[in-house]
Amino acid sequence: MRTFYFDHCASTPPYEQVVQTVGELMRLHYANATALHRSGQEAAKLVERARQSVAQSLGAKPEEVLFTSGGTESNNLALKGILFAGGRRVPKHLITTSIEHSSVYNTAKQLERFGIETTILPVDRTGRVSPSDVEAAIRPNTSLVSVMHVNNETGIVQPIEEIAELLAAFPQVRFHVDGVQAVGKVPIRWASVKGIDLYSGSAHKFRGPKGVGFLLRREGIELDPLQEGGGQEEGMRGGTHNLPGIVGMSQALRLTMESMETRRGNMFALRRQLIDAIREIPELVLNVPEDEELVSPQVVNLSYPGMRPEVLVHMLEKHGVYVSTQSACSSKSLKPSRVLLAMGMGEERASGSLRISFGDEHDAKDVGELAERLKMTVAKLKPLERSRG
Amino acid sequence: MSYELILVRYGELTLKGRNRKKFEDLMFLKLKQALRSFEAIGYEKNFGRVYVQLNGESYDEVAAKLREIFGLHSFSPVLRATHDLEDIRAKALQLMRAERPVPRTFKVTVKRAWKEYPHDSQEMNHLVGAHVLRNSPELKVDVRQPDVELKVDIQPQGVFLYSTMIPGAGGFPLGMNGKAMLMLSGGIDSPVAGWMAMRKGLEIEAVHFHSYPFTSEQATEKVITLTQKLAHYGGKIKLHLVPFTDLQTRMAQSGHDHLIITFMRRTMLRIAEKLAERSGALAIVTGDSLGQVASQTLSSMNVIGRTISIPLLRPLVMMDKQDIIRYAEKIGTYETSILPFEDCCTLFVPKSPATNPNLRIVEKAEAEWGEELERMIDEAVQGTETIVMTPNGRLVRKKEAEAAADRWF
Repeated sequence: MRTFYFDHCASTPPYEQVVQTVGELMRLHYANATALHRSGQEAAKLVERARQSVAQSLGAKPEEVLFTSGGTESNNLALKGILFAGGRRVPKHLITTSIEHSSVYNTAKQLERFGIETTILPVDRTGRVSPSDVEAAIRPNTSLVSVMHVNNETGIVQPIEEIAELLAAFPQVRFHVDGVQAVGKVPIRWASVKGIDLYSGSAHKFRGPKGVGFLLRREGIELDPLQEGGGQEEGMRGGTHNLPGIVGMSQALRLTMESMETRRGNMFALRRQLIDAIREIPELVLNVPEDEELVSPQVVNLSYPGMRPEVLVHMLEKHGVYVSTQSACSSKSLKPSRVLLAMGMGEERASGSLRISFGDEHDAKDVGELAERLKMTVAKLKPLERSRG
Repeated sequence: MSYELILVRYGELTLKGRNRKKFEDLMFLKLKQALRSFEAIGYEKNFGRVYVQLNGESYDEVAAKLREIFGLHSFSPVLRATHDLEDIRAKALQLMRAERPVPRTFKVTVKRAWKEYPHDSQEMNHLVGAHVLRNSPELKVDVRQPDVELKVDIQPQGVFLYSTMIPGAGGFPLGMNGKAMLMLSGGIDSPVAGWMAMRKGLEIEAVHFHSYPFTSEQATEKVITLTQKLAHYGGKIKLHLVPFTDLQTRMAQSGHDHLIITFMRRTMLRIAEKLAERSGALAIVTGDSLGQVASQTLSSMNVIGRTISIPLLRPLVMMDKQDIIRYAEKIGTYETSILPFEDCCTLFVPKSPATNPNLRIVEKAEAEWGEELERMIDEAVQGTETIVMTPNGRLVRKKEAEAAADRWF
């Protein structure tokens, strides 16, 4: 049986070209990029070339690109880097939202234990944080606002440009955007929206290798390093450069950004097709808006109220379809989705959500097949439904 | 005197049809590129001519640039007058007085493109000519062979006057005739050959062979400087630096001492041909001048030239050394060329190099090296370092290894 991988929000199949690049670089350029000898210098040149390439793909300057080990590290570095910078004479204040990825949400909780004041903003029924709530939450000691660009469970796009604009009135407040799910799916206006100070990305979400990511950092912004070490990345991130990963990421990013408009079109078409198919199955409810203005194209979120989602996941898997319950990072806990709860959905619906996310290798036939297998699965599970209370 | 316009005439007027159009389009592009740094300048196209509007930019600086553009036939600084006769007369006199050398004879030619102008061409000829004569007692009119022809062009928007015709570089706009590789040794001849190739519309990429550590870094620097000087005419020129040490030391041990130069020249051409293929160039340009040295006898040219199949262009082949030097001085490469750093051709030179090499012996010896020679040639191509020179200096220093890294990005 042919299997279908529909979990692109969790991780994507890498570009074949990138797989080759990473392999070749592992074989040929194993020298440490900070070594003095020629081999090291060659490696260093490749890292810098990758930095230029990443910068170019994102409309940033090369000196604004920091390489990290991925989205989680980028988010940690952004939050802790800003909030720990300059010592802890005054307790600083952080504003973030209730729908952030755990690498921001749990970091905020951890920072609270370190004495950082934290405000966690709600979202409305459409899953968006309100810019006026952000403004209202600002205190004299607010150092950082962190809002994700695209939500990882629902694909809902946050009003980051409006927030950036209103934050212009508060020059002491830095603005971090977690763009992990946005890169290559929605336009990033780093060059024109100057109010965004930090922006996180992760290579394996855009068909690059795992274990590598980036943090864009506006010139002049001080970050306290999470990892002290050999002074790499301008002293802001110690550790030997992951050369194959870094170059592989720069290549994947170029490929993904160059093709973004076409891919967006394709993915939106698949999204519409899938939503129409879900509508045909009365047991399922849609957790995302249809309006394409509000969302990123790669994901659909739905619930089967009265059915534990992992049952659905494993049933679908028997039919060769791989999807997620809420986010991959929280799926092992059986708690209801924090994101859907925040959107005002009931516990039953929030506990039974399924995330289907697709990518470049899918076409209408694949989504048709997915819909067919989804229908079949629901039919099999129907007799086992718990009563809808 | 402050000119308002420059009338620019294109060369190669014999071109017809589509070629003509291509020529004019490219010419206009090259003209704009050459004058890019003058921000105020405007252009007005008019039947194979272009009026450059100075808009306050310095005529002398613009003229200096125009003189160097390949494909330009000539240009003239233009004064602009109103339709008022007195203004036209005053400007005419001004132009004549600025002529150097001081002319003894002149004539006036009036073109009345604006037919509503009250005086016809004949009348205007007299009205303007008489005024100039009255105010310049030493001048005479000569309608057949005047020293200066003062042209008056009457247009609806004003009157344009010009007299001087400054010759341009002629030839074709750069790139019109494709691309060639230039063998650049560092001597006097090869930069001149390069300039001549460029004048004829060939884009060039320079190839230089170095035998470091036997040749010095300065020898290479000298060639870099020469390329930079040529880039003055071409905007940007690639220079390929080919490592030649291994090949040269191998040939020095060939046992055919008097043929070393022949072997070397043949090998260099083969490497240049491979680089040409990679760059999409269709010819190789050399500074060979018939009979100048042992490798430039007709017999040597025959044996050396046979090793490649793309055309070998030798712009200097029939020129005398003195004339070549004059060109080198004119294009500004002479001073650099005579700097005393050895290039690889002057190394290991035998006491009596062959002036009449035997093709059969040469080919036999090369066949004996066989695969080894092929391998060494490939290695030299692989190890070639390419830099891009602009008139202001080095643009990129790109190693073959770096170019190979392109596939990872």
